[in-house]
Amino acid sequence: MSQTIDAPRTPVRPARKKGINWEKWGWIYMRASGVILVVLIFGHLFMNLIVGDGVSAIDFAFVGGKWASPFWQWWDVAMLWLALIHGGNGMRTIVNDYARGKMTRTILKGAILAAVAILILLGTLVVFTFDPCPAGQPADLLPSFCAA
Amino acid sequence: MSTATIDAPAPVDDALKPFIVTLIVRRFNPELDDEPKWVDYDVEMFSTDRILDALHKIKWEQDGSLSFRRSCAHGICGSDAMRINGRNRLACKTLIKDLDITKPIYVEAIKGLPLEKDLIVDMDPFFESFREVQPFLIPSKKAEPGKERIQSVADRARFDDTTKCILCAACTSSCPIFWTDGQYFGPAAIVNAHRFIFDSRDDAAKVRLDILNDQEGVWRCRTTFNCTDACPRGIQVTQAIAEVKQALMRGKP
Repeated sequence: MSQTIDAPRTPVRPARKKGINWEKWGWIYMRASGVILVVLIFGHLFMNLIVGDGVSAIDFAFVGGKWASPFWQWWDVAMLWLALIHGGNGMRTIVNDYARGKMTRTILKGAILAAVAILILLGTLVVFTFDPCPAGQPADLLPSFCAA
Repeated sequence: MSTATIDAPAPVDDALKPFIVTLIVRRFNPELDDEPKWVDYDVEMFSTDRILDALHKIKWEQDGSLSFRRSCAHGICGSDAMRINGRNRLACKTLIKDLDITKPIYVEAIKGLPLEKDLIVDMDPFFESFREVQPFLIPSKKAEPGKERIQSVADRARFDDTTKCILCAACTSSCPIFWTDGQYFGPAAIVNAHRFIFDSRDDAAKVRLDILNDQEGVWRCRTTFNCTDACPRGIQVTQAIAEVKQALMRGKP
């Protein structure tokens, strides 16, 4: 049998002594954010799909109305940050477990980091700067409720 | 004086009738083969026999070149851990009657450790990570001359489960993280660290916790419970790993 896989624990790496243990905090983050996300996501689904007219009520005006309130802005931003970092960290552990080769790992983890960072930045920007009726736009491009 | 004896032969129990069982063993001879290959053997077995008996029959009656480890043959020495029908078991504790013998029984070496021959793997990396967690008592002061170190029943019960480990490597070689990343300490090393971390007579818990707090320590565990399923001694391995994680978060046992 051609021996292409190194024997386990070669070379033996010494245990690290000081500094922040990111593996540990990553592990704790997954548990903590998971519990909070259960509340946030089911609250989100309940508000969007069940309360009032349910799913048929969702349109541009519904989203615009929700993001007019700081409560829902912070709810959605918290969900965005927690879920993306939670998912990104999960993907990172899968890469650590299954990707072979230093180069492959670096590329995959870099891609995950870029995706998470870009989505968080864009999402946060949109949630806090969202204006359903931007001033100075032609009226035919704006939703009907802006006229009121 | 005579004792009444039963003259009539006892009715033959079904368990005493032999039947043919097919074993498919993953053979590998490093001097001849490039790749391991699966080889069929038909053996006559009783339902009370074990997989180890089947391997013995093959080795003694059919093919003397079959290589496997076994010592005590009674589930204590931990030599004959192997993958039986895709699950890590001790060959000496797996009874034929507990397997579906209408289908062939697949027997292969445990995974994740370098294969040496047939069912024998190189156990050195496994024992290396066991050694690394310092699995011996490290007290801070000497016991009084002529006295033992006193321990309450409750203190002993705290780590009772993990004292049962026989180092057969069934857990470590069932762990998917160990398969893909051999740097991981593996369940067996953590179980044996647990045995001393939670021992009230031991004072080096901090040292072992620091070792297991490493990037390749307990945080790699994904709680798939393969190790708990594989343990022939019934140790709650995943729970022991979780207890070490809890101790790491508290900073003390």
